[in-house]
Amino acid sequence: MSASPAAPAVRPPMPGLGTASRAAPAAAQQATPREPAIAQATKAGTAPAPATGPSPRPVPWARQPRVQRVMYPLLVGVVVLVLWQALVTGFDLPPYLVPSPLLMAKTLVTDFAPLMLSLWVTVKITVLAFVVAVVVGVAVSFLFVQSKGIEMALFPYAVLLQVTPIVAVAPLIIIWVKDPVASMVICAALVALFPIISNTTLGLRSVDPDLQAYFKLNHATRWQTLVRLRVPSALPYFFGGLRISSGLALIGAVVAEFVAGTGGTGAGLAYQILQSGFQLNIPRMFAALLLISLTGVALFVLMAWATRRALGSWHASETSSD
Amino acid sequence: MSAATPAHAESAVDILSAEKTYPDGTQALLPVDLRIAPGEFVTLLGPSGCGKSTLLKMVAGLLEPSDGRLLLWRKPVAQLAETGKKMAFVFQAPTLMPWATVQANVRLPLDLAGVPRAEADGRVADALALVGLSRFAGALPRQLSGGMQMRVSIARGLVVQPDLLLMDEPFGALDEITRHKLDAELLDLWQKKGLTVIFVTHSIHEAVFLSTRVVMMAARPGRVVEELHIDAPYPRGDDFMVSTEFAGYARQLQDSLLRASATQFAPEEVQP
Repeated sequence: MSASPAAPAVRPPMPGLGTASRAAPAAAQQATPREPAIAQATKAGTAPAPATGPSPRPVPWARQPRVQRVMYPLLVGVVVLVLWQALVTGFDLPPYLVPSPLLMAKTLVTDFAPLMLSLWVTVKITVLAFVVAVVVGVAVSFLFVQSKGIEMALFPYAVLLQVTPIVAVAPLIIIWVKDPVASMVICAALVALFPIISNTTLGLRSVDPDLQAYFKLNHATRWQTLVRLRVPSALPYFFGGLRISSGLALIGAVVAEFVAGTGGTGAGLAYQILQSGFQLNIPRMFAALLLISLTGVALFVLMAWATRRALGSWHASETSSD
Repeated sequence: MSAATPAHAESAVDILSAEKTYPDGTQALLPVDLRIAPGEFVTLLGPSGCGKSTLLKMVAGLLEPSDGRLLLWRKPVAQLAETGKKMAFVFQAPTLMPWATVQANVRLPLDLAGVPRAEADGRVADALALVGLSRFAGALPRQLSGGMQMRVSIARGLVVQPDLLLMDEPFGALDEITRHKLDAELLDLWQKKGLTVIFVTHSIHEAVFLSTRVVMMAARPGRVVEELHIDAPYPRGDDFMVSTEFAGYARQLQDSLLRASATQFAPEEVQP
């Protein structure tokens, strides 16, 4: 559905460089008639204002919240890396204890091919497990909300699944399931499953009671209520579950790889870490570790982006930060 | 518009000794008898806990009476469809779907009833025009003010072309100025569309301004204590609000409210 042009803007335009260059000619023409008179007067009185956009006072580039949100953590990262490098070179620490960031970067380049191959294996297991967890988790949630009885009967087992450490179950699964990739996907999916089930079930149940009454008044069918009311109401909870679950899928994948061990079956990043440990190739271990962390961050960013895409315009959790 | 309801006239709503007692013995509403003629604007007025919302929800079919019967156009509430008449309910809160545009929100009852999209869109446009929100068809509820959200809720009620409009303290959460504006607009719509309205409020002024008839209720236990016909002509403007006639009605309701509240502290004798 396209928004009508008369509808108020979803969020105020960012007063950025684009706005400034676009608004400069307007200032030269003594502003547009929509500008408040007082704003015109002050702007005409003071120095030639570079920007007279919809927002009266342009915020300096470096002080915009959006820029700050990226800049500040980046600054911390750079400082930590520089300190780290300085400490390693300063104290002349051997690379088999603590490799310097530069050495790590070099290892990433020299061992690029095997590391990327391992990354691909780990990412594949993570994504497959995540997809399985989402599909199964959503299906189970829909089953749960059909009746309280079903939920009462099955929920304890979902909890049982959640509280049993995957490291303890993984050997069994690896023995039972012949295909190594499949067995690791199952392990990781088991870890990632619970947040999807609990969040989606909660979401499907947390429907505005008045809206529910409204649907009842209009003789909505079970299906209409599900599709038009329950599912949209559940989306914020579901996406919350996705964020947690995507991280857990990665953890599950790495744990499964560790348990599957050095049998040479799946050569994922965890396998690289194990191998590097045996060979005391600590720079490579750090490089593999870095790749795992980056994968986790990428997953998180991806989920945050998806959440924004799906809820950005209407849900309070996404709109209040602006 | 005559407020009188002769016994032989057609009636839109018949409440026949309907009462509500919860299983734990709480008496939400003592038996109520009320007949509402088509085209009437009846207000249920009373303090919190007097059962006015309970009564309205029973008329809507959202609550079952524990005893007694409720008829709409001489059919039980559940069989309203057989009469060919339509009912709309406006809640205290706007009760909109936050993820859907104004247009989609107003179209909801038509979508649920399976009205073809083209026809539905036309009727939605008409309903939005009636409440003056055509420009905001594409907006999301959270982009609108409380008063505008309430108007969307009313448009959603009007879009089904109801014969009976039930409103549960619809403007209770709004400021006085916005509320009065919406009251005036509602009266306008009521006259234009020939609706039958049952309106719940705890504001005496709102009740007198709007209604052809005010049904005064009291709490603990919830019951009807008085009915008052407001015989002032429509359209009622701001002049009516400051007239001695208006003040007289308001005083009369105020007095009966005080009398009713006084009895609620009396011992068991109010229990039937």
